[in-house]
Amino acid sequence: MDTQFAQRRRRDLIMAACLAVVAALVPLFVKDVYVQNIMVLTLMYAALSQSWNILSGYCGQISLGHALYFGLGAYTTALLFTKFGVLPWFGMLAGGAISAVIAMALGYPCFRLRGHYFVIATIVIAEIALVLIQNWDWAGAALGIDIPVRGDSWLKFQFTRSKLPYFYFALALACIAWFVTWWLEDSKWGYWWRAVKDNPDAAESLGVVVFNSKMGAAAVSAFLVAVGGSFYAQFVSYIDPESVMGFQFSLLMALPAVLGGIGTLWGPVLGAVILIPLTELTRSFIGGSGRGVDLIVYGALIVVISLALPRGLVSVFSMLTGRKEAAR
Amino acid sequence: MTAETIIQSLASGLLMGLLYGLIAAGLALIFGLMDVVNFAHGEFLMIAMYATFFLFAFFAIDPLLAAPLVAAALFVFGAVVYLLVVRFAMRAKANAGMVQIFSTFGLAIVMRGLAQFFFTPDYRSVTNSWVGGKTISIAGIYLPEPQLIGAMLSIAAFVALYFFINRTDFGRALEATREDAGAVALVGIDKNRVFALGWGLGAALVGLAGAIMAIFFYIYPDVGASFALIAYVTVALGGFGSVFGAFAGGIIVGLVEASTALILPPSLKSVGIYAVYLLVVFIRPRGLFGSM
Repeated sequence: MDTQFAQRRRRDLIMAACLAVVAALVPLFVKDVYVQNIMVLTLMYAALSQSWNILSGYCGQISLGHALYFGLGAYTTALLFTKFGVLPWFGMLAGGAISAVIAMALGYPCFRLRGHYFVIATIVIAEIALVLIQNWDWAGAALGIDIPVRGDSWLKFQFTRSKLPYFYFALALACIAWFVTWWLEDSKWGYWWRAVKDNPDAAESLGVVVFNSKMGAAAVSAFLVAVGGSFYAQFVSYIDPESVMGFQFSLLMALPAVLGGIGTLWGPVLGAVILIPLTELTRSFIGGSGRGVDLIVYGALIVVISLALPRGLVSVFSMLTGRKEAAR
Repeated sequence: MTAETIIQSLASGLLMGLLYGLIAAGLALIFGLMDVVNFAHGEFLMIAMYATFFLFAFFAIDPLLAAPLVAAALFVFGAVVYLLVVRFAMRAKANAGMVQIFSTFGLAIVMRGLAQFFFTPDYRSVTNSWVGGKTISIAGIYLPEPQLIGAMLSIAAFVALYFFINRTDFGRALEATREDAGAVALVGIDKNRVFALGWGLGAALVGLAGAIMAIFFYIYPDVGASFALIAYVTVALGGFGSVFGAFAGGIIVGLVEASTALILPPSLKSVGIYAVYLLVVFIRPRGLFGSM
């Protein structure tokens, strides 16, 4: 049993390394800026969804308010840079740290809530933060912040001529989020989380510190999502409250994991690789003329996949490999 | 701020709150029946508003007369949604909670897309209806007539719901299925039929609310989203599953919203509702009237 698990983990790691190398080579052959843009977004959502998955998938605390941490990351970086000239790299760490602290501060009262009460609390908290930022004049209120472009440099993490640096950063972020998940899966926390998800009362009685393990998951998850938000602010160089902290974003972050397979290592990656290009393509090809056709396609996909494959798309793969192993 | 303005805004808050209660009643009913939160509830409201609008625009049927028609149409719609989508979501063997959330969420996105496709994203409104834009003065307090009628309708609907649940066979079947769906099957009640009728009834209630809302609110594809969160908060505040908790929750939400608007700038008025929700669940994690 144990060795099989260890084997699987080694296989996962090798596969991830191979995929990362292949992904890194793709821009050498794909020069189209539109396609590169989609690739950056796909990697970003893979990273975000992987981070969301730590709290909501592994630990089972469904958050539909993660836009809060994404927005905090984006705003911390943008404000530090435009108001105080602090480099985005520090902004990124600051945004991550602030988000992790806030996630724990909010977790303190929220983790007593269960089921729908918890889900609604996460939505409501993100919504309060959104309204506050929209009314905060110093931070640009509803108009948002224009990040001044001062030329291409890694130091300022701004690139106007090419999307490639963004691509490689997003790839690195996706790899880090994946690796953190991979590493945590086999740690004490990983086991605790699964126990908490399956049955918190039983876990508690067996000595799992349920509350602390939820707090840990929230902090890691919020930190990584905030780094994603910082990246996004630099990538689009203009942020406003609705576009980085709106409820829509909380959903967009959750969907790749839900479709790919919630609480699994590969689910968020698989979900993002399928969902994001599909969304972007339907939007640009039929969205403009069809008035809402993109929404219909997107929504129908969510309904069909969540009904037909409650374990997500990865379950199709594991079914296939399972059969192969049985045949051997 | 004079006493008069305070009374004035609390009165309109109360009316709006009763209407929030009516919007949320169906959500609470469905949750109580089968532990499912319908994340397309706001979109149910949206199509009810559109139905009212088109009945008015094409057939000159006043929203007040259209309300029963819209409620009947929504009844059918709710039952169909249960039979086509939710029935299958209930069967999920893994991640049941997640499947319920996202299948109804996906449905909400489809409905919004369809509304954009067929009705365009334009804002529409019912103009020159019987009570639209009129106010009535009671003891020096001005009350908008559409909201007043909505509030009375809400009270009537909750009274009817009370008798329906407690005095009719279907109501008893509903209550029995809620308590023990397995045992109910043993006495020959078809669980699926009860659930479908429950969804129909829940949708009919929001249909009624939508017909009234259409009189004084703009109608557009995303209109449901603005009220859905209020409806969830209303239901959770009262305690999930308690239909009459939704009634109390609605009144609280309406009053809190009105008092927040008195103290803070209007753009912050929703913050008060959300803060009260958090305060309540932090003290009572199952809402005000929810069972532990």
